[in-house]
Amino acid sequence: MNPARALRDSGIILWRQLVQLPRIPEVLVFALIQPVMFVLLFRYVFGGAIATPGESYVNYLMPGIFAQTVAFGAVASGIGLAEDLRRGIIDRFRSLPMARSAVLVGRTVSDLVRNFAVVAVMYVVGLLVGFRPEGSIAAQVLAFLLLLLTSFAFSWIGVVIALSMKTVEAVQSAGFIWLFPLTFASSAFVPTDTMPTWLQVFADNQPFTIVVNAVRALFLDQPVGNYVWLTLAWMIGITAVMIPLATRQYRRRSA
Amino acid sequence: MPGEPSAGNAIQAEGLRKAFGKTQALDGVDLAVPRGIVYGLLGPNGAGKSTVVRILSTLLRPDSGSATVDGIDVLRDPGAVRRHIGLAGQYAAVDEYLTGRENLVMFGRLSGLRKSVARERADELLERFDLVDAADRPSKGYSGGMRRRLDLAASLASRPPILFLDEPTTGLDPRSRLGMWGIINELVGDGTTVLLTTQYLEEADRLAARIAVIDHGRVIAEGTPAQLKARVGGEALEVAVVDAADLEAARAIVAGVASDEVFVEPERRRVRAAVADGPSALGRVSAEIGAAGIATEDLGLHRPTLDEVFLALTGRPAAEEAE
Ligand SMILES: Nc1ncnc2c1ncn2[C@@H]1O[C@H](COP(=O)(O)OP(=O)(O)O)[C@@H](O)[C@H]1O
Ligand SMILES: [Mg+2]
Repeated sequence: MNPARALRDSGIILWRQLVQLPRIPEVLVFALIQPVMFVLLFRYVFGGAIATPGESYVNYLMPGIFAQTVAFGAVASGIGLAEDLRRGIIDRFRSLPMARSAVLVGRTVSDLVRNFAVVAVMYVVGLLVGFRPEGSIAAQVLAFLLLLLTSFAFSWIGVVIALSMKTVEAVQSAGFIWLFPLTFASSAFVPTDTMPTWLQVFADNQPFTIVVNAVRALFLDQPVGNYVWLTLAWMIGITAVMIPLATRQYRRRSA
Repeated sequence: MPGEPSAGNAIQAEGLRKAFGKTQALDGVDLAVPRGIVYGLLGPNGAGKSTVVRILSTLLRPDSGSATVDGIDVLRDPGAVRRHIGLAGQYAAVDEYLTGRENLVMFGRLSGLRKSVARERADELLERFDLVDAADRPSKGYSGGMRRRLDLAASLASRPPILFLDEPTTGLDPRSRLGMWGIINELVGDGTTVLLTTQYLEEADRLAARIAVIDHGRVIAEGTPAQLKARVGGEALEVAVVDAADLEAARAIVAGVASDEVFVEPERRRVRAAVADGPSALGRVSAEIGAAGIATEDLGLHRPTLDEVFLALTGRPAAEEAE
């Protein structure tokens, strides 16, 4: 299959996903409700009890919320694909002379668009509850780009999970389970130095913390260290492993 | 779009076998489907019909065996096969959030049509399948019959020479079913080859020029509907008389049209025999019985059901297995 055809077919699937988006408002609403709840919960319930030296808690929190929002987007990617498999539309796509990668690429790119919209709304929500980013425009744009790259990488994980499971329900549970330890045993909501050593070692070195640290430093105008490079390396690495895995599973998948 | 049609059968399959875990879904299926006809694949639920369709439409690889579609090897060149086929029915669907028109344009483009061509083709298909009024509504709101028509239309976007229809009328009300039959007949008129799976003997009989009966992953009979019905005894004519004294006279009249032995059941006052040409036999018997002044309780044709076909071919009823 030539690359021009693959690009064209992915574009058609992307078009399909984007046309669907406003027609299934629940998807967008649920994508927003969850992070908004987390903002309210952490900002007003737990926040007062969490010490973040040198930074207001809401400033500390919001970059973590952005990162968690894009990570949880992986669940929506997986469920959407699982629904398509269940309905049989994937079988029709697989019976057409279209590029094999197009269905998955079109979906993950459209998830990127959705996640961008959700994070943009969350940014405004953050401003409303007192988030005051101090980073330069360029730094904040870079932070957004890193979030989008993370969204893309995590969507592919969601796709691989969807293709490995038999039912939509299984995709839903399996899609969430790994995200809880990853996003909570991290620096997203609390500084890791209060954690027991064994957990801290995991929390400080796992990719989600690295993303959070990178975007937090960029939004808050703090020293960013190696975190931008580490984020790029991790997310490109995850994507590079997941794309061929997903494409292989897609070829073999029988509903 | 499709390349030049190659000589020989539209579909040819040899020794297809496929197991899902412990279930031997296909246990050596051979098929030879000539061009330009509806070929019926008739069997009960769980017989292996969809598995055959899925293998031939490149969705599934068999454990062993080989197949060609439009002369192209399904296993060696699945990508080329996909340019020659359309798939609709049990295992293909449309996007319920897109409108009918959007679906047709999308599937047309994904089949390789340019945007303008795909749009024209969509208009044409909406017209042909009586979907113009609903064209710009999301297909989620369509009735069952409309959705099947859209599903079939979507499979025709690129004018494939070979069409797989997997139980296209299952779950439809009788009127929509009749409409679908009309559409399928038209397609064959255009020169398309259709492989149709069905659980209904009547459907296969009405549409198919040839039928393969499939059971437990094997083809257990093959031929024209007439040949098949001849093997199971075809249609039977039954007369029930009011007065047992008329039984002998009724037997004699039925014997005049019977293609085989005449059975008499004295305790139910019934006479029954296989007939070659049901309607004309029925007309003759009814006229003669009327002329003889015999009062009847019941007089009619009895067409063999799928169960009877299976009973005749396998000596046991059609297996009812959950899918
Ligand atoms: N993906 C699958 N996984 C497990 N078993 C399957 C699968 N597909 C079909 N089968 C089994 O294979 C047999 C044939 O199925 P199928 O081809 O769908 O029959 P039909 O279409 O004639 O109803 C059935 O016993 C069915 O349960
Ligand atoms: Mg089936």
